[in-house]
Amino acid sequence: MTAWLSMVSWSPYIVGAGIGILIWSVFLLSDHPLGCSTAYAKTAGMVESAISRGKSEEMPYYQKFTPTIDWYWMLMVGVLIGAFLSAYLSGTFTVLIVPPVFAASFGTDPILRSFVALIGGILLGIGARWAGGCTSGHGISGTLQLSLASWVAAICFFAGGILIAGLMYGFSFI
Amino acid sequence: MAFEQIRKNSQAQIVLGLITGILFGFLLQKGGVTDYGVIIGQLLLTDFTVLKVMLSAVLVGMIGVYVMKVGGLVRLHTRIGSAGATVLGGLIFGAGFAVLGYCPGTAAGAVGAGALDAAIGMVGIALGAGIFARLYPRLNRSILNRGIFPAETIPQLVGVRPGIVVIVVALLIPGLLYLLEVLGF
Repeated sequence: MTAWLSMVSWSPYIVGAGIGILIWSVFLLSDHPLGCSTAYAKTAGMVESAISRGKSEEMPYYQKFTPTIDWYWMLMVGVLIGAFLSAYLSGTFTVLIVPPVFAASFGTDPILRSFVALIGGILLGIGARWAGGCTSGHGISGTLQLSLASWVAAICFFAGGILIAGLMYGFSFI
Repeated sequence: MAFEQIRKNSQAQIVLGLITGILFGFLLQKGGVTDYGVIIGQLLLTDFTVLKVMLSAVLVGMIGVYVMKVGGLVRLHTRIGSAGATVLGGLIFGAGFAVLGYCPGTAAGAVGAGALDAAIGMVGIALGAGIFARLYPRLNRSILNRGIFPAETIPQLVGVRPGIVVIVVALLIPGLLYLLEVLGF
């Protein structure tokens, strides 16, 4: 058991099956899909409440996604802890700012990487809320329910991602 | 029903969210998908780890959720999409996916594994969600409801019983995964 927990990586099929089973429990015990981007909308609402007191309550979007600490918010706290445990147990926990693949093409400047990460994050946040979900909410939880919107969203996530990654790094498959 | 009580208990839900997150984060990190290089590799079509994880999760998740639905234990939670919301939002998301190199869930996992760029990405995602919330009333009037899809689910679109689509997808996914292995990915 400990040898298994300290392995650097597991088969992607085992990991996927594990996530599938985890989603069974979410439907059964929480009666909703597993999605990560809701927590970010809630966090934005909390910040909005703090800086412009009371204003977030009047904003229609935060009436749909109330800025409160709930299942979705704790999910993200858990993801951070769970990934830390996994990396720590396998001895692969490494603090870095510039990932090696990024550094190989764009250099090791942490300021450049931070700027690019911030821009990428803003696009992700806008896109996730615009499409009504992210890789987990649409890409896994929605597609497995055979939701049409989720299949279309997942295809668009990859279409947009393949295009922009190709423009950044070159289209290796051509 | 006992499940109903757990679902309505907000304290229990907070604990369940945390436990689910810990397991999810552990799996994502063990799967390698909290790594910038693995995600960019998927978008460059040189590393198919992300797709393998997602398709396996969909296969196992779909069968279980539909079996439980037939047994009356769970409900589906699907919403209608539209070209204005789903396609446009999906493409913006895709661009961000490539530029950041993580998605909202794997970014949190990457931070847990020590990637500080992912922490900056998480700040960006919350900022982006906040920008969207501000734009929401205007977008909702103009773009989000353009080109509403003709159906909420694939079985409704095709006009067959859900069970048949479940069986077809349950055969297609292993076939696609097998093809990826044969092609050497």
